[in-house]
Amino acid sequence: MTDDELDAYIGASAALLGLGVRPEWQAPIRANLSVTLRMAALVEGFSLPDEAEPAPVYEA
Amino acid sequence: MHELAWQTATDTAAAIASGATTARAVTEATLARIASRDQVLNAFTDVTATRARARAEAVDAGTVTGPLAGVPFAVKNLFDVAGLPTRAGSLINRDRPAATRDAVLIERLEAAGAILIGALNMGEYAYDFTGENRHDGASRNPHDTARMSGGSSGGSGSAVAGGLVPLALGSDTNGSIRVPSSLCGLFGLKPTFGRLPRTGSFPFVSSLDHLGPFARSVTDLALAYDVMQGHDEDDPFCAERSAEAVLPGLDFGLGGLRIARAGGYFRRGMMPEAAAAVDRVCAALGVTEDVDIPEAARARAAAYLITTAEGAALHLGRLRTRPADFDPDVRDRLIAGAMVPAGMVIQAQKFRRWFRAAVLRLFEHVDAIVAPATPCSAPLIGQKTFVLDGMELLVRPNMGIFTQPISFIGLPVVAVPVAGAMPMAVQVIAPPWREDIALRIARFLEASDAAVAQRPKEW
Repeated sequence: MTDDELDAYIGASAALLGLGVRPEWQAPIRANLSVTLRMAALVEGFSLPDEAEPAPVYEA
Repeated sequence: MHELAWQTATDTAAAIASGATTARAVTEATLARIASRDQVLNAFTDVTATRARARAEAVDAGTVTGPLAGVPFAVKNLFDVAGLPTRAGSLINRDRPAATRDAVLIERLEAAGAILIGALNMGEYAYDFTGENRHDGASRNPHDTARMSGGSSGGSGSAVAGGLVPLALGSDTNGSIRVPSSLCGLFGLKPTFGRLPRTGSFPFVSSLDHLGPFARSVTDLALAYDVMQGHDEDDPFCAERSAEAVLPGLDFGLGGLRIARAGGYFRRGMMPEAAAAVDRVCAALGVTEDVDIPEAARARAAAYLITTAEGAALHLGRLRTRPADFDPDVRDRLIAGAMVPAGMVIQAQKFRRWFRAAVLRLFEHVDAIVAPATPCSAPLIGQKTFVLDGMELLVRPNMGIFTQPISFIGLPVVAVPVAGAMPMAVQVIAPPWREDIALRIARFLEASDAAVAQRPKEW
């Protein structure tokens, strides 16, 4: 994503989440989100079968 | 005084038990040392002197006994201490009401006779690898006070390495016990996920949070761990396992253990001193073979995602109402974490199960794996970046590149310190529920002088 796309996403998400983002926080939030999305792409790049179960186990 | 400062918990307990000294004398000497030395180290945020003196009197009167009778200890300030608001390194939490009960692990250490001396500085809300804190100032590394203690249990590392207490508790979500153990040159234990109850501690990432001890000797580490074991029903992640004492087998040596060095990902991205520390430990253990932990980079990425998203969910209300009261570095990471799409986090949890299975298959062929703990020795306080393999990277998130894939699947690890101009630790990683193996290896390394919690000069 471009910086402009990320800024638009941050703006929309902040409104959705009820977070007030001051202008001076925008760049560091974008930098953090950019790293996080790279991490997510790495995880999503690993093919898992439909049957793969998530790690946490809930016992009723 | 200086002898006491570097005495192990075991020796202090023995000296009190034999009548060579008293709990009162040890407590007063500890309080005096904190008063003089902590002005520099900034490890303590609270000193519980009145409580400690009362407890010492009870030990000396014989109404409190146990293997740690009279031994002072301190806890990261995310542990509940009755009478104190549990600040967890934050400004915001200081408005919480005072805790009415101690954390379960404090209760268990005190049941063994130990004496709580105070609460320790930490990175805000444990989202940190530096030991810096916007509100309380950085805890400092006793080996060079211009350098980081490591985080997020920075005060725990600083207090034990500075000889203020022989024993401290910390928490480790992605490396927050192992990183300060490395930077401060201490033995640190991150037990198996679910082994020690987290009841009465302020959370960070429920999926990944662990609690554990720091010490200057493996025996102290094992003793503290043994008295803290056992199920507690108020932590739903705490396993229903009985205590499995490690102390009786601590000196069994290496007999029969198959130990390998982590290759691939764990051979890259570090400074020469980190590789040298692993070399030294592997030489002492006679390790000649590498084992490849598959997809370690992806494991680290998945831990990163779960951490940022769960941490953000925990703090969302505070991010809405008091964003300016956070440490900016923490706030900006958490706000970004709140914006991570849910599917990415669920995928990370699925990958976690895959990775667990892959690593458990490795443990069919080896009993323990040795890996670096941090990519370098302690950076300077305030240092924002470092260069690894020619790439300039941020210090704060990247000190944990080697610890994060391991805690991701909850494996038990002992951080084992290797001496140097600045110390560094190595991770000794064991299969789930086999803390005994990692501690046996750590004890062997200590006994053969390959590992030592070196005393800082002037301290």
